[in-house]
Amino acid sequence: MLKIFKKLKKFSVMIAGVLIFVLLQTLCDLNIPSLMADIVNNGILKNNVPYVISAGIKMLIFTIGIVVFSVLSNLLSSVVSAKFSEKLRNEIFEKVENFSLDEFNKFGTASLITRSTNDVTQIQMVVLVILRMMVMAPIMTLGGIFMAIKTDAGLSWVLMIALPAIVVLVLIVLKFGGKLFASMQVKLDKVNLVMRENLTGIRVIRAFDRIDYEKARFKTANDDLTETAIKANKIMAILMPGILIILNFTTIAIVWFGAKRINIGEMQIGSLMAYIQYASLILFSFVMMSMLFVMVPRAAASAKRINEVLETETTIKEPLDLKYSNDELKGEVEFRNVSFSYSGADEPVLKNISFKASKGEVTAIIGGTGSGKSTLINLIPRFYNVTEGEILVDNVNIKDMSQHYLRNKIGIVPQKAVLFSGTIRDNIKYGKEDATDDEISNALDIAEATEFVSEMESGVDTFIAQGGKNVSGGQKQRLSIARALVRKPEIYIFDDSFSALDSKTDAKVRKSLLSVTKNSAVIIVAQKISSIINADRIIVLDEGVISGIGTHNELMKNNDVYREMASSQLREE
Amino acid sequence: MSDRNNQRRSGGHGPMRGGRPVEKAKDFKNSGKRLLISFKPQIYRIITVFITSIISVIFSILSPKVLGKGTDALVEGVKTGIFNFEYIKTIIMYLFVLYIVSSLFSYIQEYIMASVSQNVVRKMRDDVSDKINKLPLKYFDQNAVGDILSRVTNDTETISTTLQRGVTQIISSLVTVVGILIIMMTISPLLTFITLISIPLSMFAIIFVMKHSQKYFKGQQKKLGELNGHVEEIFSGHIIVKAYGKENDAIEKFNKINQDLATTAWKAQFFSGIIMPINNLISNLGYVLISIVGAILGIRGIISIGSIQAFLQYNKQLNHPIAMLGQISNQLQSAVAAAERVFQIIDEVEELKDETNSTELKSIKGDVEFKNVKFGYDKDSVLIKDMNISAKEGQTVAIVGPTGAGKTTLVNLLMRFYEVNNGKITIDGTNINHIKRNSLRHHIGMVLQDTWLFNGTIKENIAYGRENATDEEIINAAKAAQAHHFIKTLSDGYDTVLNEEGTNLSQGQKQLLTIARAFLSNPGILILDEATSSIDTRTEIQIQKAMSNLAHGRTSFIIAHRLSTIKNADLIMVMNHGDVIESGTHTELLNQSGFYADLYNSQFSVN
Repeated sequence: MLKIFKKLKKFSVMIAGVLIFVLLQTLCDLNIPSLMADIVNNGILKNNVPYVISAGIKMLIFTIGIVVFSVLSNLLSSVVSAKFSEKLRNEIFEKVENFSLDEFNKFGTASLITRSTNDVTQIQMVVLVILRMMVMAPIMTLGGIFMAIKTDAGLSWVLMIALPAIVVLVLIVLKFGGKLFASMQVKLDKVNLVMRENLTGIRVIRAFDRIDYEKARFKTANDDLTETAIKANKIMAILMPGILIILNFTTIAIVWFGAKRINIGEMQIGSLMAYIQYASLILFSFVMMSMLFVMVPRAAASAKRINEVLETETTIKEPLDLKYSNDELKGEVEFRNVSFSYSGADEPVLKNISFKASKGEVTAIIGGTGSGKSTLINLIPRFYNVTEGEILVDNVNIKDMSQHYLRNKIGIVPQKAVLFSGTIRDNIKYGKEDATDDEISNALDIAEATEFVSEMESGVDTFIAQGGKNVSGGQKQRLSIARALVRKPEIYIFDDSFSALDSKTDAKVRKSLLSVTKNSAVIIVAQKISSIINADRIIVLDEGVISGIGTHNELMKNNDVYREMASSQLREE
Repeated sequence: MSDRNNQRRSGGHGPMRGGRPVEKAKDFKNSGKRLLISFKPQIYRIITVFITSIISVIFSILSPKVLGKGTDALVEGVKTGIFNFEYIKTIIMYLFVLYIVSSLFSYIQEYIMASVSQNVVRKMRDDVSDKINKLPLKYFDQNAVGDILSRVTNDTETISTTLQRGVTQIISSLVTVVGILIIMMTISPLLTFITLISIPLSMFAIIFVMKHSQKYFKGQQKKLGELNGHVEEIFSGHIIVKAYGKENDAIEKFNKINQDLATTAWKAQFFSGIIMPINNLISNLGYVLISIVGAILGIRGIISIGSIQAFLQYNKQLNHPIAMLGQISNQLQSAVAAAERVFQIIDEVEELKDETNSTELKSIKGDVEFKNVKFGYDKDSVLIKDMNISAKEGQTVAIVGPTGAGKTTLVNLLMRFYEVNNGKITIDGTNINHIKRNSLRHHIGMVLQDTWLFNGTIKENIAYGRENATDEEIINAAKAAQAHHFIKTLSDGYDTVLNEEGTNLSQGQKQLLTIARAFLSNPGILILDEATSSIDTRTEIQIQKAMSNLAHGRTSFIIAHRLSTIKNADLIMVMNHGDVIESGTHTELLNQSGFYADLYNSQFSVN
């Protein structure tokens, strides 16, 4: 929490302004009851109308002062909290954009999204509340105590009893209530979970005729939540009446013991009236301060989550001495004894991988789930740093290139097709910023996307909704292939990129791809042997190790793993 | 819909609610009325809350007047030099009673209210849960899970928190305002008049500022939605952003939205933040005026010092509920809007009831027939025009075709998740519309690619197939489904708890569990959806084996991706655009050299 608040330094001038204005506002506030006491003591009791009027004018001035200062402090605190959260969001977003996949996946997409949005909003809220109320509460408490003592020191002992009483009350309620509110959240999550399961499993629930069972499950969760909520609210019900009763008893005490002091001439009536008002100011400020105990833990949780992001250093750094590749090679990838393990993992995912893919060749990678296929290709654009060995592109170690330069050479089509909101044209241009209409339509042609795009309302200018919700999985995949094609990269990487296509379209796309990838290295991750049977080189991965490299026929002859896979897949044919 | 969720999430429950834009209900009057009606079972509690709250408020607003009397007694004492401590003691006793009674009743009121709104909301949630089970599947296909969930949790939460505070606050605010006005009139009509001037003034001021702040709040939420959308999109596509080197573009766009957001945000906060100071200003002006005018009246002996003191307190007490009423009306509006969304679910048209004379299916042979079936998800667009299938007892029917050809529709119709528009489907000659739904579904097993497992143990998940299954039966089912082996390797075996996302099992293992579930339920008819490429070869072989075990001796419909299944099927149906375009055995279809032959050969065309 404190670490994050250190970032407020930049706004220290404005924060100082808030403090000053709050201080001035509180001073004005504190003067009003004592002026009222003066009016009673020196005005009414002495029948002095001019005094009443002059004191009244002073009161008016203070009243206006209160408003002016509070508007000013309010202005500054609004700006500080908004600008602070803007800064925080910027820092997080930039940080995340520079994360390699390693750091990114450590957090997970959903978690990163909440961290950069909700958590920041939480912090913003707390900053605002602190600047607005928490700054004022201690000043008001101290000022109130000072004024109360100044008005009549003899009654101070009443406050000395009342203040601890309030603290004890608030602490007790928070102690018992706080726990219940925490468990309420857990139970709310449970209700959510059961309902989510009910909704996603609706077909299965009906198919197995388990409606009553599910209803009972939901009811249990719901009852549990309700009971806890009722308990929590019942405890909270003590808070306000409790505070009021302490405040009122304080008033009674002040009147009774004040009366005795007035009797012996040690106090004036106006002062007694002022004292009552100071007492209520002090007690309410105290209650406000105790709310800090409620707000801070929540915000601290958010702050911690934000800090975790900000403090994570990306493992992928730009080299100091940039190297460029040899123009003649264009499109050559070489793995030299590459091993890789995910950070924190005991076992390496890839062990001692070496191979070379050259321009104009198709290299296929095949193997079961968990054999490390996707990891292997994710190393080429340097989404991760290799743990051992080196990867060369066009004969230069990719660690010595700038990431931008390296990735510019690569056209990648990931397993999960991702499109961005924007027109189809925008999405294709993502691959090449200055792509011409011809280049775009050419890419769409090869990806077998021209037909469905032209059937759409506005053709290539059709808007793709966020997450590509308005296109089917197969269409998304074809568009993401087109995006890679328009780039005309030196290296193509297809990570099981045809999975959502029906076999007919799949075959067509593959065929037309052959014609354009002639001058590039093509690396394909595949599940089915039939689809890569003609590759120049097939790499068989088995639990992170290359168990064989060769053409289909070679592997059939001398690789057991491959033969096993082939026999299970191809016996059907 | 997700926009609304984002806004809600980011809205939070800060203490600065004033001026936040209000979500308006579409039909405030009716939805509000229904919300009121839902309180009916709680009527006695509510009446108690009303009474206790009125008592509490009356006792609390009497106290300044009594306190004023005490001050007057002191003034008397100062003036005459004789203090009547007996009288003062009596007054203090009165005050003591007033304060205690007021606090006690306000505690009782809050205590009772704690269960009132919670019970109302509990009922609403149960109603929705009930309703969910009666809605036709069409509803779920058309509405996002997130949206329905948000209604069950967020919306009901809004209702309960608002009602918890809102209802009692409205009562006490109204009683306070009226009560104070009456007491003030009895003390001094002139000072009452002065106090009253401030009421419309503060109302105007608050309304004026609120209008401004709402404008900025709306802007803020729009920008926040935009920002959240951008973040969601960029983070979900992280790998692509990196691969295409677009980090800086993303950051640039983010910074721009972020900057706009900060600008509207501080304006919104500022305007909502000055509602309080302005309200205080007006209240303080009243205070000053009462002090001055009261003092002058006091000097002339028209009014006592105690009365001035009472007035000063009333002035403060009066201002608070007025400021509150504005806020509460906003909150109530959003509560009604939330209730309306919940009612919308409850009002949805339910699935057709089973026909009154519909029968139970005892045991079945498994002859399934589709006769001239016509169906469309919308009335206007017909997907299946005229479908005829006849599957005999124990046969395997493979359904092939490109994605979107209507294969899942077949499942939906056979399970009667959707009703056919025309024609009929029969099992052993009985129209399924004449069979009780649960009886029908009891005889049909379903293994879908979209495996549904819940947050419970493996045993519980398998036992979902049949109530009261013994451990032995469960293990036998797992064995038959080729799942026993991998379950044994898990640390807690059959008692392993599946986590919420189900990430502790692979996709293939999950599918094996659903097959075990189907084994346990032992249906006469099967619908199987074969796994596609996301499963590794070994598990895939296991699944195929388990499926063929399961299909043995049952009438099976297999949505096929594998050539082996297709080749061995008794009947292959090729679907495209919702129609069966070809049907027959593998050899027959190949000889036709039609769509199927084309599809089949294309698998090798790369070669």
